[in-house]
Amino acid sequence: MATRVIGSTIKRREDPRFITGAGKYTDNFTLPGTAYLAILRSPHAHARIKGIDTSKAKAHPGVLAVFTGKDLKEGGVNPLPLGWVLPDIKIGPHHPLAVDVVHYAGDGVAAVVATDRFTARDALDLIKVEYEPLPVVVDAEKTTQAGAPQLHPEAPDNIAYYFKIAGGDVDQALKEADGVVKQRLINQRLIPNAIEPRAALAHYERGTGDLTLWNTNQNPHIIRLLLALVLGQPEHKLRVISPDVGGGFGSKIYLYADEVIACFASKQLGVPVKWTEDRTENYKATIHGRDHITDIEVGYKKDGMIIALKVKTWANQGAYLSTLAPLIPTFLYGPMLQGPYQLPNVSCEVWGTYTNTTPVDAYRGAGRPEATYVVERAVDLVAYELKMDPADVRRKNLIPPFKENFKTCMAYTYDSGDYPGAFEKALQMVGYADLRREQEAKRKEGKYIGIGLSSYVEITGAAPAQVAASLGAGVALIESALVRVHPLGKVQVFTGSHSHGQGHETTFAQIVADQLGIPVDDVEIVHGDTGTVPWGAGTYGSRSGPVGGAALHVATQRVIEKGKKFAVHMLEAAEADIVFEDSNFFVKGTPAKVVKFADVALEAYTAKKAPAEVESGLEATAFFNPGNFTFPCGTHIAVVEVDADTGQVQLKRYVAVDDVGKVINPMIVDGQVHGGIAQGVAQALWEGAVYDENGQLLTGSMMDYAVPKADFLPSYEVGRIETPSPVNPLGVKGAGETGTVASTAAVANAVMDALKPLGVRHIDMPLTPEKVWRAMQK
Amino acid sequence: MKVTITVNGVKQTREAEPRLLLVHFLRDTLGLTGTNVGCDTSQCGACTVLMDGMAVKSCTVLAAQADGSEVMTIEGLAQNGQLHPVQQGFWEKHGLQCGFCTPGMILTAVDLLQHNPNPTEAEIRHGLEGNMCRCTGYHNIVKAILAAAAQMS
Repeated sequence: MATRVIGSTIKRREDPRFITGAGKYTDNFTLPGTAYLAILRSPHAHARIKGIDTSKAKAHPGVLAVFTGKDLKEGGVNPLPLGWVLPDIKIGPHHPLAVDVVHYAGDGVAAVVATDRFTARDALDLIKVEYEPLPVVVDAEKTTQAGAPQLHPEAPDNIAYYFKIAGGDVDQALKEADGVVKQRLINQRLIPNAIEPRAALAHYERGTGDLTLWNTNQNPHIIRLLLALVLGQPEHKLRVISPDVGGGFGSKIYLYADEVIACFASKQLGVPVKWTEDRTENYKATIHGRDHITDIEVGYKKDGMIIALKVKTWANQGAYLSTLAPLIPTFLYGPMLQGPYQLPNVSCEVWGTYTNTTPVDAYRGAGRPEATYVVERAVDLVAYELKMDPADVRRKNLIPPFKENFKTCMAYTYDSGDYPGAFEKALQMVGYADLRREQEAKRKEGKYIGIGLSSYVEITGAAPAQVAASLGAGVALIESALVRVHPLGKVQVFTGSHSHGQGHETTFAQIVADQLGIPVDDVEIVHGDTGTVPWGAGTYGSRSGPVGGAALHVATQRVIEKGKKFAVHMLEAAEADIVFEDSNFFVKGTPAKVVKFADVALEAYTAKKAPAEVESGLEATAFFNPGNFTFPCGTHIAVVEVDADTGQVQLKRYVAVDDVGKVINPMIVDGQVHGGIAQGVAQALWEGAVYDENGQLLTGSMMDYAVPKADFLPSYEVGRIETPSPVNPLGVKGAGETGTVASTAAVANAVMDALKPLGVRHIDMPLTPEKVWRAMQK
Repeated sequence: MKVTITVNGVKQTREAEPRLLLVHFLRDTLGLTGTNVGCDTSQCGACTVLMDGMAVKSCTVLAAQADGSEVMTIEGLAQNGQLHPVQQGFWEKHGLQCGFCTPGMILTAVDLLQHNPNPTEAEIRHGLEGNMCRCTGYHNIVKAILAAAAQMS
């Protein structure tokens, strides 16, 4: 084929609207007569509600209604459903507004709807709630101990679930090891911080009974399904639109209480109802990420072979189980603890626990950054014990290159990879040997340079539907695509994936244009609307390319096959002899007998030549259900300098070599990697959500929580290797999270590497100057 | 109270509550939704506009304070259908992903280049300290502003 647009950097087609201020974010939509919703949130982390007096708020001018948890319950609103149900899971019901007990500071207690947003806020102050404060627990491990306050009667000892997965015989291997290193690792709680706060606009049409919800969301079809269950509003009378969304990073996957209340209020009042979160509210009421306490034991041989990894993790799930919460510290974490290594014996136990904190769910990387942090710290601890170069330990343990199907010791089969290839390329890019010499020289001058390695493999492209269902998925993770060719040959594509920064309007058009041999600008991508897209599981877990993109590929192939049926009659040839190439249908061996794609499109709607047996129209739908997950992989290297006097860490260089399979648009993949690196580096060095013992979020605003700014970070050096995934026809693996998965461990390892001469073995993140300085004084 | 603000060259006189923020005046009163709100503590910079030629966070200015001022929002930056070099730079260099911080980033960059037409990478990073982006890791934003500076010089 002459034109290959897959693999080409093409400027993003969505950008003109964003750079001119024409983006269509949820809060930009207002309908005539829109009323505004504000939610009163509990100041207590744990308290019994003794009474709520809403009379003054109801009497306030401009207030249309005030609702409490009791009103919603009596109005038929069900608790928020759980989307991932593990065996024997203990579910504490999550009412959209608390009914008897509030379980975290930020739990909704009452809701006001008023004629404008300011009046709604004003009226919140007029609601009197009488609370009986209860004892509070915020720590993932302490919550399971005797005497801890109990959150939900359904979950004794505050344990929502216990999960265990193992491969090989870890206890035997620990006995056979030449050495065993033990360490407690804290993977601190993070706040996602999409720059667009969440918002919802609900519009119930009394005349038709249709309910439309505009919502900041990564997966509108899933929201429609969950909303139908909560509201009892049937799916076919429910339309969810996720227009432009200002960043998600996992935090906009879930069905939240707020949009449920907006829908309920619109139905009750018969007017459109809008809710927009402010940042303070976002910090309390939008999910958090990570928050693991982990104990590890690593068994190794004298030559550096790592033979055993035993892991126990307490995963803080917060006050309620958010939509996908139980998936993250289990199947996206435990079975990934083998990492990119041959490591044959691994066991992982996880206690998912309730605490009086904001619910925790998937945040960029979701489980895999936590797993990579455990594995990569373990490798460096072994190197520390053996006084070996961490690069040599990795070289010894990495899985050799494979084209397909490497069976891990636990559950998953890695699809394809060249882990040593990416590793050596990263070392070469950073100039590893020279850097080690420079490090040695600087040490003599009293300067602490650190070089941190992080080799990783992660799991993306969820997923084989039956496997996912057997692991607890409530909804099949199948993706759909509808490719519709209009009579003049222009193409509209309806995808179940949702773009909130990933650039699908460009890359997905590249997939279709590449196959049809037509200009990218002839392809329009439609996404984020249950009213037009057949079905979608949405965008998270780097699944858009390997699942949504693959669905597009299949649908486009079907369009070509259908096109041949018209070409047969236009060219008067047998179907078996029709070849499609570069937007032309022609007769095999006779390229002069040709019809253009656009001519076939017109024929499909005019039937000038084709007989009635050939059904008119030119469009195809495909549902793609992959045979396996995909497993992006690579090696990242961070170079830091630690200030000897202050403990301040400066990231000097950052090298990333990733294998995300085939690349559709290199510029966009690079951008995904950059952003991921920044988030992961930020976890290592700056970010951390902190609660006091009363369950108050001390890092409750952007003034207190360290979202990195431009001058915290360097430019990144990004490289790539490509081993196509055999799992989907595009050979892609997913590129959304590699940066975050790898970078946290790379930076943490770099800091420990810098401080090695001082005998510092481990410091928990974030590696703030104070913590680093204290460790340096010991 | 009555306020008069010239927004993108057009004089706008409207009633405004004394507590109304400039950003809500722009978004809700005038319907100019290109200016986004990302926080409530003046940290994120998504709401940055140019007031009398200077970058300000419109969530930290009352509409009443802007009375008599000239304000430029992202909607007013392109002239006669021609993108401003900073807009062009962001597009060329993939300086945006979700686009939410972008209007504020672009207007901050316009202000920065007015004061320093040939900034170094370090000066650009320092100049963006009032604007947060969660998508790009800033790498391509810096490249975009460097490209714009080259284009303008």
